[in-house]
Amino acid sequence: MSPLLCVRDLSVTFDITRAGDMPWTAPRQLHAVKDVSFDLEAGQTLGVVGESGSGKSTMARGLIQMVPAKGSVMWRGETNLLSLSPRRMKPYRSEIQMVFQDPLASLNPRMTLGQIISEPLRTHHPEVSASERRKRVAQMMERVGLLPQMINRYPHEFSGGQCQRIGIARALIVEPKLLICDEPVSALDVSIQAQVIELLKELQRDLGLAMIFIAHDLSVVKNISHDVMVLYLGRVMENAPKSALYAAPQHPYTQALLSAVPLPDPAAERAKKMIPLIGDLPSPMAPPSGCVFRTRCVRAADDCARILPLPKDPVHRVACLHPGPVRASELT
Amino acid sequence: MSLLQIKDLSVTFEGDDGPVHAVNNLSLSIDKGQTLGIVGESGSGKSQTAFSIMGLLAKNGRTSGSVLFDGQEILGAPAKVLNKIRAERIAMIFQDPMTSLNPYMRISDQMTEVLTLHHGMSKRDALVECTRMLDAVKIPAAKERIRLYPHEFSGGMRQRVMIAMSLLCKPDLLIADEPTTALDVTVQAQIMGLLSELQRDFGMATILITHDLGVVAGFCERVLVMYGGRVMEEAPTDPLFATPSHPYTRGLLAAVPRVDDEDAVMKAIPGNPPNMSDPPEGCPFRPRCTYAVDSCHTMPPLEPFAENRARACRRPIEELSA
Repeated sequence: MSPLLCVRDLSVTFDITRAGDMPWTAPRQLHAVKDVSFDLEAGQTLGVVGESGSGKSTMARGLIQMVPAKGSVMWRGETNLLSLSPRRMKPYRSEIQMVFQDPLASLNPRMTLGQIISEPLRTHHPEVSASERRKRVAQMMERVGLLPQMINRYPHEFSGGQCQRIGIARALIVEPKLLICDEPVSALDVSIQAQVIELLKELQRDLGLAMIFIAHDLSVVKNISHDVMVLYLGRVMENAPKSALYAAPQHPYTQALLSAVPLPDPAAERAKKMIPLIGDLPSPMAPPSGCVFRTRCVRAADDCARILPLPKDPVHRVACLHPGPVRASELT
Repeated sequence: MSLLQIKDLSVTFEGDDGPVHAVNNLSLSIDKGQTLGIVGESGSGKSQTAFSIMGLLAKNGRTSGSVLFDGQEILGAPAKVLNKIRAERIAMIFQDPMTSLNPYMRISDQMTEVLTLHHGMSKRDALVECTRMLDAVKIPAAKERIRLYPHEFSGGMRQRVMIAMSLLCKPDLLIADEPTTALDVTVQAQIMGLLSELQRDFGMATILITHDLGVVAGFCERVLVMYGGRVMEEAPTDPLFATPSHPYTRGLLAAVPRVDDEDAVMKAIPGNPPNMSDPPEGCPFRPRCTYAVDSCHTMPPLEPFAENRARACRRPIEELSA
């Protein structure tokens, strides 16, 4: 059976025009996402990790035509989502829903909680009666841990964690098969982060949801993902089952990211050795030749500038010419 | 004598719905060259504590208590006195380096301003000194880049500029308010490494305000844990992490996502942070605390219980591990 979502060579390119360009000047191209491929099964979570500018949000948006993308996104092995017109895409939008980073900004301040949660239902299933809609909203609110008496309140009356619960309820009310969470806990306090992650895991277990969970560091993703993908400058650096990626990361960038996460253990944190990243993020307008990470890589060799590294192992995919465990000489 | 000694500091804001008690009876002291972490989540009062030290509270803020800096009372001191101390003795860096820099001025102009205004240095000497300081915070090609505008730097580089600027006057005390929260983890690691190095080299006392226990673990000698405007626990860093004595500290430690432990699971603290305009009666953590008892309806005092350690909780420590 084919997986729920099968993505091949997904690329998102933006045309950049500069002030002063003539109308006939060809726009410059920015490859925000390039040749991303992965499979996602029902009930599984893919964690997507990368720093700012890595293209992780753009990748997720490209999947559902929120930004124009190339490549193929096969849904249940039947339909290439990228080939659909907006009208024919609409039924799939209720199967794939999104939860956003800023919990308050992603809720309409002039709508009550009840209106917010029922809106997708009114859009995608206008045939559902008002009484049925109310029933489903009440059920969904209970499901995500919101009290029934909150239904007529406005977003500003809620804390960040509660707003994120509202966002999750709004996404799930149309019973999607895939939930894309774009940094859903980055703006929340630590004690609330764990609540939202627990809720998402529970919902996944009960509803068999597939999830794409985007985050900017590897620590949060570890608790929720089955597979983890690391992006840098829009390219996949490493993509592997969670246990393999954390126990034996092969790509120097993954290793650098992991070593940068501060440990809540004073002795370990003080003794910790880091894998340094050299210099700054290069401009995405002019990415380095060969491996895009080579300019910051402690392991870079001459061939890295010439050869585009492609993953060899189909399960633990590493885009590096010199993969392998951290070497003692690389630590500082 | 401590460099900074805060006694019974309270900060109250007059709001439309009545007063908001952002900080209640906070006391702390920090000696020359020490590092102190103030850990707390949103609404814990950690930033307001820093703002009141610097005299930067919003207009509707009222303070009481005492803040002695090098023996001198600076809480509510006139702007003239504060300006002198802020220019020469205490420096502060903020979370968002972009909004802390003037977008219309070259880095060179805003940096040298500090020295020409406060130290009467000539423009030329100031420029040399500023370039040296940018070198010290490891900005490559400092000599050329000092001519750039803030938007031409990345987030991490901007924070380096802020740090360089705050060190120009060789402060005795640096207050860093979430200096790495807006940055990527790899950049955060670089900035924290840089701060430790500078702290060692310049020997300044540092107060690090953060919500991240991981950042505190590597940087601070002593930690104050705040919740709902009150200090829950105070301890040297190692014992705090080894044997947290307050249910909130324990909950917070269990909620941190970890990469170093294969089987670690994040455990959430149930409930929501307190609404500070309508705080719970007694201990602010009571509604979320699994160990709460009836007597928690009155605030337990912060009491010393071991060497250099204090906690504000009525339940004995032995009962917490059960």
